[in-house]
Amino acid sequence: MALDKIGIAKRIAQELRDGWYVNLGIGIPTLVANYVPDGLTVEFQSENGVLGMGPFPFEGEEDADLINAGKQTITVKPGAAFFDSATSFAMIRGKHVQLTVLGAMEVSQNGDIANWKIPGKMVKGMGGAMDLVASAENIIVAMMHSNKAGESKLLKECSLPLTGVGCVKKIVTELAVLEIKDGAFHLLERAPGITVEEIISKTEGALIVPEFVPEMVL
Amino acid sequence: MNKVQPNIQRALEGIQNGMTLMIGGFGLCGIPENAIKELVKMGVKDLTCISNNAGVDDYGLGLLLQAKQIKKMISSYVGENDEFERQMLSGELEVDLIPQGSLAERCRAGGAGIPAFFTPAGFGTEVAEGKEVRFFNNKPHILEHALTADFSIVKAWKGDTEGNLIYKATAMNFNPMMAMAGKITIAEVEELVPAGTLDPNFIHTPGIFVQRIFQGEVFEKRIEQRTVRTR
Repeated sequence: MALDKIGIAKRIAQELRDGWYVNLGIGIPTLVANYVPDGLTVEFQSENGVLGMGPFPFEGEEDADLINAGKQTITVKPGAAFFDSATSFAMIRGKHVQLTVLGAMEVSQNGDIANWKIPGKMVKGMGGAMDLVASAENIIVAMMHSNKAGESKLLKECSLPLTGVGCVKKIVTELAVLEIKDGAFHLLERAPGITVEEIISKTEGALIVPEFVPEMVL
Repeated sequence: MNKVQPNIQRALEGIQNGMTLMIGGFGLCGIPENAIKELVKMGVKDLTCISNNAGVDDYGLGLLLQAKQIKKMISSYVGENDEFERQMLSGELEVDLIPQGSLAERCRAGGAGIPAFFTPAGFGTEVAEGKEVRFFNNKPHILEHALTADFSIVKAWKGDTEGNLIYKATAMNFNPMMAMAGKITIAEVEELVPAGTLDPNFIHTPGIFVQRIFQGEVFEKRIEQRTVRTR
């Protein structure tokens, strides 16, 4: 069965390592914070100026001055820190953040990513995504394998305006975990009950499939 | 010289049609909400506004957009505002979208006397079009220029009569850099106290960057995405 959003978040959470500082984008990536494996200490950075994000506040305890990059009300954990936007992006560009998880509209087989604009239709802006993808060493994309029209989002080349070039290392979709290297998608794992054939049929870009593709363990 | 302004009209005096304004805030968090409402009343037009976002339809910078007072927006993310998207797609509004980190650094640079800098953000994208590219450590970077403003309007939690400012939580965001980059910087604060009241160890923006300060009358502090968990 294909994963739901929570399943994708849980699978990405397995990539976390002790002591990492992690930036989570809006949408599915935000959910990753709920599934940090036991025993790991991971600090979440939000580019609007907070390190050490905690869970959402209890009703009645929301603070308009305390939000995440998705403009959601949040809380902070003991040991948190606030800072300005220039300092925040110094952390990001300066490679002090070990992992970035973000969503995408398209990813190409050489690791290009598009997620900020559909010409003539939708222009939301890139926010911090271009700074994040240009600098992060370790970028995981969380997205659906196909768009709403049923077209593959894993392409030979992106058709939409790019956010960054050659930067995505790993993708987790509702169907599979894939790695990008040497100009191709490499299938690492498939979602429980999903066939390799289905993944091949829904991946437009070059896909390398090993002889044995394990099922994800969630 | 007295930085304290007796009222909001005096605080915003001198802002004219066609000027460039920096306006602090991230989403609706940490915006100078009283000053924005006053700009609507003043009716100044053809403004170039540098602000990370453009508010929502009926609050924040969205109010200036509704009144068609903005000619050009320089922002990183404008997704929460339908009127903005309409004016941009129809060509009524000129828009310069900038990666958020580049926007922050361009404001900081403008206030810090750095005319331009190289950053990796945006290389290989539309943002890099027409910009000088140089390789450092075998990686391509693009040249970004500093930003300054005729007036910067920032919002702080506490301020003193010397113009020293302290921000609260994530309401800090772009305010400190924008405070540095205004030819005249106006600080709207929730609480205005006599000099000597704030601990100098905890000042975020030193008063040298602030020319005018006033206490805002009402802080609605609207929340964009109220997200809670159950007990």
